[in-house]
Amino acid sequence: MLNAIWLLLMVGSALVAIFTGHVKDLVLSVTESANAAFKLALGLTGILALWLGIMRIAQDSGLVKRVTSLITPVMRWLFHKVPEQHPSHAAMAMNIAANMFGLNNAATPLGIKAMEELDTLNPRKGVATDAMCMFLAVNTSSVQLIPVNAIALLAAGGSSDPTAVVLPAILATIVSTIAGIASAKLLGKCRRFSLK
Amino acid sequence: MTFSVSECSTFVSNVVFLGFLVGIPIYGFLKGVKVYESFVEGAKEGFQVAVRIIPYLVAILLVVGMVRASGTLDIVSRHVPQSLREIGLSPEILSLILLRPLSGAASLGILGDIVTKSGADSYEARLGSVILGSTETTLYVIAVYFGAVSITRVRYALHAGLIADAAGAIAAILLCLVFFR
Repeated sequence: MLNAIWLLLMVGSALVAIFTGHVKDLVLSVTESANAAFKLALGLTGILALWLGIMRIAQDSGLVKRVTSLITPVMRWLFHKVPEQHPSHAAMAMNIAANMFGLNNAATPLGIKAMEELDTLNPRKGVATDAMCMFLAVNTSSVQLIPVNAIALLAAGGSSDPTAVVLPAILATIVSTIAGIASAKLLGKCRRFSLK
Repeated sequence: MTFSVSECSTFVSNVVFLGFLVGIPIYGFLKGVKVYESFVEGAKEGFQVAVRIIPYLVAILLVVGMVRASGTLDIVSRHVPQSLREIGLSPEILSLILLRPLSGAASLGILGDIVTKSGADSYEARLGSVILGSTETTLYVIAVYFGAVSITRVRYALHAGLIADAAGAIAAILLCLVFFR
């Protein structure tokens, strides 16, 4: 799937650029993107180290186990193939909590930690499990309660009531999260995506 | 003294942040963990993870950059039918929706343009803000999270993520009609 999309976006962009006269921009963008990707990854190193260190303390102190047993009922429904009390539960819960409060810097390392824990249960390395797809669906559905960036932009632009958008944003976020979870549950049952 | 909602939410976010950052080491200390040694041990993995996601990020950001530079989004959003424009789906809003799964910074930039051009209290600026709040940079999240565990066959994660984005955008359009019209 990603193979087809990746190639399609690439070939499509190249064709459109030729017809619209954007070839020069396109060529320049290639080197820029590759550089940006490298910088982005390296830029993550510090906060990754920070939060992986904090998570290690949480693990060594038994906090991970305690959080895990608290959230077992929800996790059992969302990730039914992950054994109960698995350490990935705590990492996922902390990632989702960080996302809800818009703490992107903390959310990414915690999410990566959760993926590593989920990968320990993966029988086919390199292929996503159902639990991983569900976790990604919850994550990419946006669970952020307050759109802090957007509010900051509105406020900077001189809005008389920048926080008017909070309530509709929360409601739309709930819709997108339900859609993400429901589609992951349904797609997981599709024969197209079965692992056999 | 009065606090606005945005100040309150920033405050709560910061408290949660500190709760994680300071609370966890305090808990560890009380449980007899050698917190410094434990922290350093965990932090050692940071660099390997960052290096591991580089190829995945290069692959995704490459096509994102190509799509943006090619002018495809301009062409698509210029051909919005009148009926969709009437419910607030202007060319700018449509490019915001299309760009959002690809790039967080770029979609925030579009919202910035909308705020500058149409005003911070305009219908368009509010709709754009709600859309930004209810969608996520799906491709970036997939590249980083799956890249960290070297997964190339993402199965239905991409579909589910894009369906969620679409649902969020549609809900935002409908909710804004109710709230701001």
